[in-house]
Amino acid sequence: MNIHEYQAKELLDLFGVANSPGGVASTPEEAEKIAASLNTQDLVIKAQVHAGGRGKGTFKNGFKGGVHLCKTPAEIRDTASKMLGETLVTHQTGEDGRIVRKVLVAQSVEIQKELYFAILIDRAISAPVIVASTEGGVDIEAVAEHTPEKIFHLPVDPLIGLQPYEARKLAKMLGIPTALLKNAATLFENLYKLFIARDCSMVEVNPLVITKDNQVLALDAKFNFDDNALFRHPDVQAYRDIEEEDPREVEASKHSLSYIGLDGNIACLVNGAGLAMATMDIIKHHGGEPANFLDVGGGASEQQVTEAFKILVADSRVKAILVNIFGGIMKCDVIAQGIINAVKAVNLPVPLVVRLEGTNVDAGRKLLSESGLKLTAATDIADAAKKVVAAAA
Amino acid sequence: MSILVDKNTRLLVQGITGKSGAFHAKSCMEYGTHVVAGVTPGRGGEVFEGKVPVFDTTYEARKQTGCNATMIFVPPAGAADSILEAVDAGIELVICITEGIPVLDMMKVKAAMAKSKSRLIGPNCPGIITPGACKIGIMPGYIHKEGTVGVVSRSGTLTYEAVWQLSSRGHGQSTCVGIGGDPINGTSHLDVVKMFNDDPGTEAFIMIGEIGGTAEEEAAEWIGKNCKKPVAAFIAGATAPPGRRMGHAGAIVSGGKGTAQGKIEAIQAAGIEVAATPADMADALLRRMAR
Repeated sequence: MNIHEYQAKELLDLFGVANSPGGVASTPEEAEKIAASLNTQDLVIKAQVHAGGRGKGTFKNGFKGGVHLCKTPAEIRDTASKMLGETLVTHQTGEDGRIVRKVLVAQSVEIQKELYFAILIDRAISAPVIVASTEGGVDIEAVAEHTPEKIFHLPVDPLIGLQPYEARKLAKMLGIPTALLKNAATLFENLYKLFIARDCSMVEVNPLVITKDNQVLALDAKFNFDDNALFRHPDVQAYRDIEEEDPREVEASKHSLSYIGLDGNIACLVNGAGLAMATMDIIKHHGGEPANFLDVGGGASEQQVTEAFKILVADSRVKAILVNIFGGIMKCDVIAQGIINAVKAVNLPVPLVVRLEGTNVDAGRKLLSESGLKLTAATDIADAAKKVVAAAA
Repeated sequence: MSILVDKNTRLLVQGITGKSGAFHAKSCMEYGTHVVAGVTPGRGGEVFEGKVPVFDTTYEARKQTGCNATMIFVPPAGAADSILEAVDAGIELVICITEGIPVLDMMKVKAAMAKSKSRLIGPNCPGIITPGACKIGIMPGYIHKEGTVGVVSRSGTLTYEAVWQLSSRGHGQSTCVGIGGDPINGTSHLDVVKMFNDDPGTEAFIMIGEIGGTAEEEAAEWIGKNCKKPVAAFIAGATAPPGRRMGHAGAIVSGGKGTAQGKIEAIQAAGIEVAATPADMADALLRRMAR
């Protein structure tokens, strides 16, 4: 799950991670008020959308740039009025762009040095690892490729967490001056506490800066959260902004289905993530393009299967549907009944290819053949892929 | 012969009175697995299906029945606790079926288990089966056949696919192990590969992986250096877009790492036969065996 920059700032504030002062506004007047309260001539206003590349983006009203430096609260208000309610197009949003509903107004700081600091889970050692670099504000993967010696990796013991001495050691490695050592170490410790307390899978601060007036600040922070742990974080769940998500994925998530929209025209409904990925692969192998990844999971109900089917059918790009089920925990008769219910409810507009195998397969096949539904039965996964690619052509 | 489980396995089911736990405990019993105990806190003293005693704690179950393996169906919020409870009771083999356990919970479990003698399989896995002897998990028993081909996989339904292809071509399985689709799991591809290599009952095996992490590459490298048995492999997710989590928490390509292409290259470099599609898994192994 992604969150907005202003929400990331709220989390940093909550855990005492130093960052530049500011606030979020929904109207030009609010933006002006925040700017006035900051009591400075160095101001920045940033459009709040999930996509990257905001600074170089263009609004559909012709206004250029989703990030602007300003000198006065009046200038902030004027800029906010050109952003709020308008559609921002960046290289990540696609042509449709995103409507800006909020702007972040903050003090813009003068930077002395830019650093990089991230915490993520290293699956190879089953522990959190801190990745830090003296080269901040740039593409860290390029740094890793060309000057790997400038990147530090520090694994953290998952049972005792980040220790103060480790935070100090990191600060030294990053060349932070002695006068700022304790401030930097506190920032690192608080960020680690936040990472653990909210079940993050990644926190990336890029850049972490030393300002000309000698402060250490997390200037921009990106968060990823472990979806499996959201149940115990209602505050993080509340950060979800469905306006920023693919509507097909929003609908799927309402029914606890794992769905990812893609660009092809062959829809698939599969049980199990591995088989769902492999089904996409074999569709492509036989010359087709998958319209989605959809895993109905191990214990899906008839109702969930019906809802999954409705999402597939509602996608106007879809020219054919492939159902590929190998029942283990999932029973084939449940899938069959879900399909029958869905087709009754939505009137099937495109060819349907079904391949069933596994638990209760005979009951499932019987239900389908007795339902009178128009569908093509497939004997195995290759047969199913060939038939659905032919049907979509 | 087989690995991990056989006719002598005495199985405990944690979460035996829940809907999934009960359904699959029963199906394991019907397959012939010795289900000797169940645990559901607060339901101690009940009897499951007229013959399996239910206990409040895993410790009691171990003491009273001598169970040496456990299958966990406890929901995600309590699953990590159940794994640790099984480890504390000294149960040798812990198989956790539960899907959706927070990564930080598994991280602690893994660190805590470093000192123990128990082996964890999963979580988020279909379980283990030695055909004709012992089924622990949610796989459909009837697709399996006794034989000499091992299967190890991160994905449940892809394992069934491989097994079904093998069985319908007349090749039975020694043991099939689902190691689970989470980024942090108890047993890796490499762990199982080493067991298959040492098992006289396994003549060849199929390794099924997917995008994300580097576990398949590590297993492939070891096979290239140490394993004389024929091996075939399939990697799912060649068409998955980077940066998106494909269902399994572990199936994600990030920072250019964990791509299907990189894994396939490592596998080919180790002399393993690569299945071009998921329909080709058994045939790939047969090609390798004929070489």
